[in-house]
Amino acid sequence: MSVAGQAQASNRRLIGKLVLLVFAMFGFGFALVPLYDVFCDITGLNGKTGTADANSITKDAVDRSRTITVEFTGNTAGGLPWEFRPAVAKMQVHPGALTRTSYFARNTSGHAGVGRAIPSVTPSEAAAHFKKTECFCFTEQTLEAGELKEMPVQFVVESDLPPGINTVTLSYAFFNAEKYARRTADDEAQVNAARTSNIRGDRS
Amino acid sequence: MATADVAHHEEHHHHPSGVMRWITTTNHKDIGTLYLCFSLSMFLLGGLMALVIRAELFQPGLQVVDPHFFNQMTTMHALLMVFGAIMPGFVGFANWMLPMMIGAPDMALPRMNNWSFWILPFAFTMLLSSLFTAGGGPAAGWTLYAPLTIQGGMGVDMTIFAIHMMGISSILGAINIIVTIFNMRAPGMTLMKMPLFVWTWLITAFLLIAVMPVLAGAVTMLLTDRHFGTAFFDPAGGGDPVMFQHIFWFFGHPEVYIMILPAFGIISEIIPTFSRKPLFGYTAMVLATAAIAFLSFIVWAHHMFTVGMPLTGELFFMYSTMLIAVPTGVKVFNWVSTMWRGALTFETPMLFAVAVVFLFTIGGFSGLMLAITPADFQYHDTYFVVAHFHYVLFSGAAMAMMGGAYYWLPKWTGHMYDEKLGKIHFWLTTIFFNVTFFPQHFLGLAGMPRRIPDYALQFTEFNVISSIGAFGLGFAQLLFVYVIVKCVRGGSKATDTVWEAPRGLEWTVPSPAPYHTFETPPKIA
Repeated sequence: MSVAGQAQASNRRLIGKLVLLVFAMFGFGFALVPLYDVFCDITGLNGKTGTADANSITKDAVDRSRTITVEFTGNTAGGLPWEFRPAVAKMQVHPGALTRTSYFARNTSGHAGVGRAIPSVTPSEAAAHFKKTECFCFTEQTLEAGELKEMPVQFVVESDLPPGINTVTLSYAFFNAEKYARRTADDEAQVNAARTSNIRGDRS
Repeated sequence: MATADVAHHEEHHHHPSGVMRWITTTNHKDIGTLYLCFSLSMFLLGGLMALVIRAELFQPGLQVVDPHFFNQMTTMHALLMVFGAIMPGFVGFANWMLPMMIGAPDMALPRMNNWSFWILPFAFTMLLSSLFTAGGGPAAGWTLYAPLTIQGGMGVDMTIFAIHMMGISSILGAINIIVTIFNMRAPGMTLMKMPLFVWTWLITAFLLIAVMPVLAGAVTMLLTDRHFGTAFFDPAGGGDPVMFQHIFWFFGHPEVYIMILPAFGIISEIIPTFSRKPLFGYTAMVLATAAIAFLSFIVWAHHMFTVGMPLTGELFFMYSTMLIAVPTGVKVFNWVSTMWRGALTFETPMLFAVAVVFLFTIGGFSGLMLAITPADFQYHDTYFVVAHFHYVLFSGAAMAMMGGAYYWLPKWTGHMYDEKLGKIHFWLTTIFFNVTFFPQHFLGLAGMPRRIPDYALQFTEFNVISSIGAFGLGFAQLLFVYVIVKCVRGGSKATDTVWEAPRGLEWTVPSPAPYHTFETPPKIA
C-alpha cells in the first residue's frame, strides 16, 4: 500500500470510530430518559412517590408514638375544565397505618374529557417513604360532561420516615390527557357522540 | 523562491474565481476566512439584537418593543452569539491555524470541511426567518425549556431544525479537527510539542462530539412531543419537564467549555510572544484543560439548583463545580507566571490577552459565587447570572478572538493592522464592556430578574448606565470591522515572523501565508 493509501485508511478508521461515538452519544441522550426515572425513584427527586402492595403494608407495625400531619392539595393544569379538590384538607396519621381518603373531581364542561393526575410529595425527602396502595393517579380518568366522581387514595407513611419530618404534603396536578388517551373504538364513539350533542346543545 | 513556487502551483490548479471560488473551495485558509467572516457578521447581528434589549431596558415600563418580541430578542441574541458567533469563530481560527501549527498541508477532510461550513448559512437563514412566521421566532430563552417550547408556533420547529443543522456542522468540524491532529502532524511533531491552541481544540472537538448529539436528541424529543404524540416532557402523558433541563444542561455545561477552551488556547499563544518567554507550565496547561473538560460532564445540575433536588445532589454539584476552580486557577497562574519577569510589550493582541485574563477571572469568581447552592437561590435567574456569563463569554471568548484576530491578521493578510486604531478599539471595547456589565452584578444582587422587559423603579440608574455602555460597546465594534477591512486592503508590509520572536510553525511561512503551505512537511527541532 502506498503512503497516501495508508494515510487514507488510517483516516477512515478514525472517522469510523468518531462517527460511532456520535451515534452512541445521540443514543445516550435518549437513554437519559429511563435513567432519569430510575434516578427519581431512588432519590424521590420531583416528589415522585412509591407504590406498594396493600397486603405487605398491614404487616408493618404501626408506630403510635409518632403522629404525622398529612396535607392534601389539588389543582388542574393544562386547560382541563374540571373542578378538583381533596375531601379533607389535612389529617393526622401514625406511621405504618394504612389510611384512606379521597378527592372529588367534577367535569364542569359540556363534554367528556380525559385527565391524568400527577402526584408530588413535599418535602422530597419524604417522597420515598410515602407509599400508595391505591390511587386514581395510576390510570387516566375519564369524566362525562357534568359528571362528579369520588377518587379514592389509599396510602401509608412508612415508619422509617426521617425523624425531622412532621408534615407531609401530597399534591396532585390534574392534566388534560385527551391527547394521550388510549381509548377503545367504543369509547371513542361515546366521546364523539357526547361532543356532537354538546355542539347541538350550544346551537339550540 | 517560496513565493515563486506558490504562484506556479496556483496556475496549475485553475481555481474558480469570484463567488464560485468560495462556494467550491476545499482550502483550509479559504474556509477559515469564510468561518471568520460568518462569525463576525453573526456577532454584529446578535449585537444589534442586544441593543434592542438594552434600548427597551433603558427606562422602566414598556416603550420600544412589545414583551413577546423582547423575549424573541433575548432568545435569538443568545442563539446567534453561541452558535453563530463564538463557535464558528473558533472553528475559523482552527481552520486557518491548525494545519500551519502542526505542519500539515491542509485539513484531513477538505471536502467535508467545505460542507460543514456551508451548512451554517442555511441553518441561520432558517433560524432568522422564524422571526417572520406567525407566532414569531423562539421566545423561550436559548435553553429552549419545555413546556414553553412545546407551545409556540412554527418558529419553534424552524429553530429545532436549525439547531439540528448547526449540530451536524459542529460535529463534522470536530471530526475533521480530530483526524487532522491525530493523522496529519509533521514528523517529529509529537503530541506534547503541539502548540497549546492545538491542544485546547483537540479537547474541545471531543467535547463537541460528546455533547452536540445529546442536544440533537433533546430537541428531537421536543419535536416529537410537539407533533408526534410522544410525552417526554409533558406530565399529562407521563413525562417530566424537569428532565428537559437535565438533558439540556448535560449538553449545556460542556458547551460552555467548548466556547472557552479555544479562547484559552489563543491566550496561551499570545502571552508568550509578547512576554518573550516560553509558556510557563506547558504540561500543567494541557492537563488542566483535560481536567476542565472532564469535570464539565459532572456539574450540569448547578444550572438548576432551584428546581428541586435531594440535598446530597445539591452538595455534589456544588463541590464538583467548585473543583473546576482548581484547574482554571492553574491556567490563570500559569499565564501570570509567563508574564512574570518577561520583556513585556503591549501591542493590541497582548492588551486583549491581558484583559481576558483579568476579566475572565472576574467571571470565574462570580461563577464560584453562583456555585454556592444556598446563595444561588438568591442569584438564580437574576442579572447577576447575566453579568457572570458575559464576563466569561464576552471578555473571555469574544475578546480572546479579537486578540487572536489582531495577532494573526498580519500573517493572514500580509499587512500590519493599524496599531493606533487597534488600541483605540481595545480601550473602547474594554471600558464600554465594563460599563455595560459591571452594574448588572449589582442589579442581580438587588434581585432584578433576567429576561423581563420591564423592571421596578429602583433598578433604573444601573440600567441606564448599562444601556449607555451597551451602545458604546456596539458602536466600538464598527471600528473593529474598519480596522480589519483596512488591514485586508493594505498597510505596511508584515515580515514573515511579524512579531519579535514568536514561537510556532505559522511564523516560518511567508506573510501573507501562501495558498498552500507545508506541502512538504517541515523539520521539527
